[in-house]
Amino acid sequence: MTERAELTSAGTSVTPQETVERALALSKADGCVVLATDRSETNLRWANNTLTTNGEMRSRRVAVISMLNGSTGTAAGVLERSAVAAEDLEALVRAAEQAARDAGPADDAMPLVEPTDGQLGSAGWTDPPGETSVEVFGSFAPALGEAFGRARGDGRLLFGFAEHVLESTYLGSSTGLRLRHDQPTGRVELNAKSPDFTRSVWAGVSTRDFAGVDVVALDASLRRRLEWEQRRVELPAGRYETILPPSAVADLMIYLYWTANARDADEGRTVFSRKGGGSRIGEKLAELPLTLRSDPAAPGLTCAPFLTTTVSHSAQSFFDNGVAVPATDWISDGTLTNLMRTRHWATKTGTAPAFPVDNLLLESAGATGGLDDLVASTGRGLLLTCLWYIRVVDPQTLLLTGLTRDGVYLVEGGEVTGAVNNFRFNESPVGLLGRIAEVGRTEITLCREWNDYFTRTAMPAIRVPDFNMSTVSQGV
Amino acid sequence: MPDIDPAFLELPLRRLADAALGRARELGAEHADFRLERIRTQSISLRDSLLENALNGEDVGFAVRVVHEGTWGFAAGVVLTGAEAARVAERAVAVAKVSAAVNSERIELADEPVYADVTWVSEYEVNPFDVPDADKIGLLADWSDRLLAADGVDHTDALLRQVLENKFYADTAGTSTTQQRLRLAAALEAVAVDAAHGRFESMRTCAPPVGRGWEHLTGPTWDWAGELAQLPEWLAEKTKAPSVEPGRYDLVIDPTNLWLTIHESIGHATELDRALGYEAAYAGTSFATFDQLGTLRYGSPVLNVTGDRTVPHGLSTIGYDDEGVRTQSWDIIRDGVLVGYQLDRRMARLKRLGRSNGCAFADSPSHMPVQRMANVSVQPAPDGPSTEELIAGVDRGLYVVGDKSWSIDMQRYNFQFTGQRFFGIRDGQLTGQLRDVAYQATTTDFWGALEAVGGPGTWLLGGAFNCGKAQPGQVAAVSHGAPATLFRGVNILNTVQEGGQ
Repeated sequence: MTERAELTSAGTSVTPQETVERALALSKADGCVVLATDRSETNLRWANNTLTTNGEMRSRRVAVISMLNGSTGTAAGVLERSAVAAEDLEALVRAAEQAARDAGPADDAMPLVEPTDGQLGSAGWTDPPGETSVEVFGSFAPALGEAFGRARGDGRLLFGFAEHVLESTYLGSSTGLRLRHDQPTGRVELNAKSPDFTRSVWAGVSTRDFAGVDVVALDASLRRRLEWEQRRVELPAGRYETILPPSAVADLMIYLYWTANARDADEGRTVFSRKGGGSRIGEKLAELPLTLRSDPAAPGLTCAPFLTTTVSHSAQSFFDNGVAVPATDWISDGTLTNLMRTRHWATKTGTAPAFPVDNLLLESAGATGGLDDLVASTGRGLLLTCLWYIRVVDPQTLLLTGLTRDGVYLVEGGEVTGAVNNFRFNESPVGLLGRIAEVGRTEITLCREWNDYFTRTAMPAIRVPDFNMSTVSQGV
Repeated sequence: MPDIDPAFLELPLRRLADAALGRARELGAEHADFRLERIRTQSISLRDSLLENALNGEDVGFAVRVVHEGTWGFAAGVVLTGAEAARVAERAVAVAKVSAAVNSERIELADEPVYADVTWVSEYEVNPFDVPDADKIGLLADWSDRLLAADGVDHTDALLRQVLENKFYADTAGTSTTQQRLRLAAALEAVAVDAAHGRFESMRTCAPPVGRGWEHLTGPTWDWAGELAQLPEWLAEKTKAPSVEPGRYDLVIDPTNLWLTIHESIGHATELDRALGYEAAYAGTSFATFDQLGTLRYGSPVLNVTGDRTVPHGLSTIGYDDEGVRTQSWDIIRDGVLVGYQLDRRMARLKRLGRSNGCAFADSPSHMPVQRMANVSVQPAPDGPSTEELIAGVDRGLYVVGDKSWSIDMQRYNFQFTGQRFFGIRDGQLTGQLRDVAYQATTTDFWGALEAVGGPGTWLLGGAFNCGKAQPGQVAAVSHGAPATLFRGVNILNTVQEGGQ
């Protein structure tokens, strides 16, 4: 097998660290950031108890961000390429500098981040990139094959996807930053249906290495839920007492998080804008002691402790590359406490920056019960599995629409008594925070809608007394 | 016709293909294909007329897909050497071997003629990658300034995206294709903020993304100046517009809005992989199941829908698909009845449908091709009415312009859409905008309520760059043509009331 260090295009092979050093040495700009990312990934996909697609892929990207100081400000140019050979690096660096000249002064220009002693991510610079391969499924694939056998035996169809990705990112800057982060990301989604497709259930898990993925347990949980669906109950649209499991809560909170940036709020353009001007920071959003936070060191959800980006927008700036990303509370004890804010916007508004983090946790102080406990204490209500096709309807309130999917259950007297048709909902996650009646304990969960982009969440199950099921969906 | 970029042709296309396909054959693959791509992208955004972001990207890589002992294997790499191409072919076979444990359906592909050394290039005039960045930023700043100069516009967002896609494909049957296509999208949005009342409203241009070059922003294919001149006025009217009364309304829907409804409720629902369950755990299935081919009453008799990958300037248009199938045009719905699906070679063989109609597509050299959407379009009536004539036939209704929010369920029944502008109609006349409007329906009810389609003069090719499907997620660009249309008795929601206020 080819060594990873040779993974470049048809020129001289160099390691990602060497790529970063050479590009920085070639730079004639006033400032320069280089990002080299090695990525390996593998996946299996299946439907109707058989394989549909699969793959094992490797890639390397190099991004060069050049900054040029001028009389009217600092300009930046960004070029990103896959698999750049050593011979092609100079052309890439020069092109980034030309892009900066063409761009003119950048609105979000800031001095590049300086190194600090002991910054997280500064260790292991010389270590080679990590790597994954299809062999990561060595025990998972046979276990899945056995699950297909059981499913054929009892008349069920299995669908789903398993993926493992390992990204090693190396960031170097002309100010002397040398930072490195390895990010493993894995997920499994398992969906079971009756042969006529009229019943459908889902379970998903995130995993860093597939070591703890228990196909038998996932399959068993689906079998139990398919049995719940033996009894069908048709219910009309309306507002229902509803229990949302952690996965569904994650999908709603991720959307809230993506909207939570200071600049848009300060300019009056989001649900977090205050009537009369400014943002709603300091405003109570929930009566319950809910905390929504991100922490690069959160156990089981660890992610990059420094910022890397090739894109500037209201929530992040490429001038902030390499800045340490601390744990941040977005909502504390029910009060909005922070919004994502670049160093530029923080400086302009006399506030502190707050950087995006690739994980999200919702917690309620003292909550201990699990999903089963919430069900057990329900007189009559709905228990959801997933939310799907979530889109903004009204940004003023962050009203979202979407569908329930793969299991809406009727709970009566503390027990599931049947399966209900799906609904289209119209709800705002911000408005919802103020109406949550009960919160369970926080657990690591895989969201359904956004797990292509966001797999690291820990959420509680919640009870909402009046969730808006706007119309009935015949879809299964 | 523009030439294929010489820099792409200088890559070792044939040599790597020979190394990969040769190695796959040696390892016993019954089929192998090799695809090398270079995808150049540029994305520029301005906020309040100031440059916010300009990202230039280039992705080069290749993939080997094999059928080995009846099982798929796929692998991808980025090292453009013969040795690496052979290694990636070995990995594709290794992936097939690991996957055999979960495969129970022998993979066979529908026959397709061999096309040796063919080329295809999309139609455009000016390659936007040849236009200086300063000119692009300058044009977007000028357009932003025009909006910001108007009363009531507090902020603007401007976006320009361009993609140059080069594909080389070769397979063990002897087909080899070299292709190039270009696409471009631009949009400007104006935002009005009423800080005192804590309210804001926005409105975006309706110009569609197209398979054209820079000339789309400077030439006659879209009236940018006219739309930018009117946008602030429309936005101001919307901020003061009355909130809609929910209930049943007749709708005249403009193609700038309907393309997205076609995309969601017909385009995706007639993908055969969805109907067969391949997307069941992710994008979903379809109510338009295979057993209903030829019988399902999809809509009223005036509904005629085609699929094609051939219409000039279409975003899904190309000469040959990612399995070496020559692209085509075919009927999906004829006189309101489902008569066709979108196919790839595996499904065409599985369902004994003859040739594939050429819908295999992978969005990058590191992704496996899956069946992706053709340009799925509603056909106009040859002597059909104008938009004004359709409006004249409505007593109480809404005229819907421009797409905005969209959502549909996993079986493609229940959808809900909003728009850029909803104008009231009273006694055949437009009465001004209403706000907080969403229309919601079940697919077959909605298309069943289609009373009239407009004439060819009302037809417009809309579309999007960002259609998502498959796992790992893949993004595809696709166009949808539509005439102006008249629907009777569609459910209208008030989105503020939906939010419980």
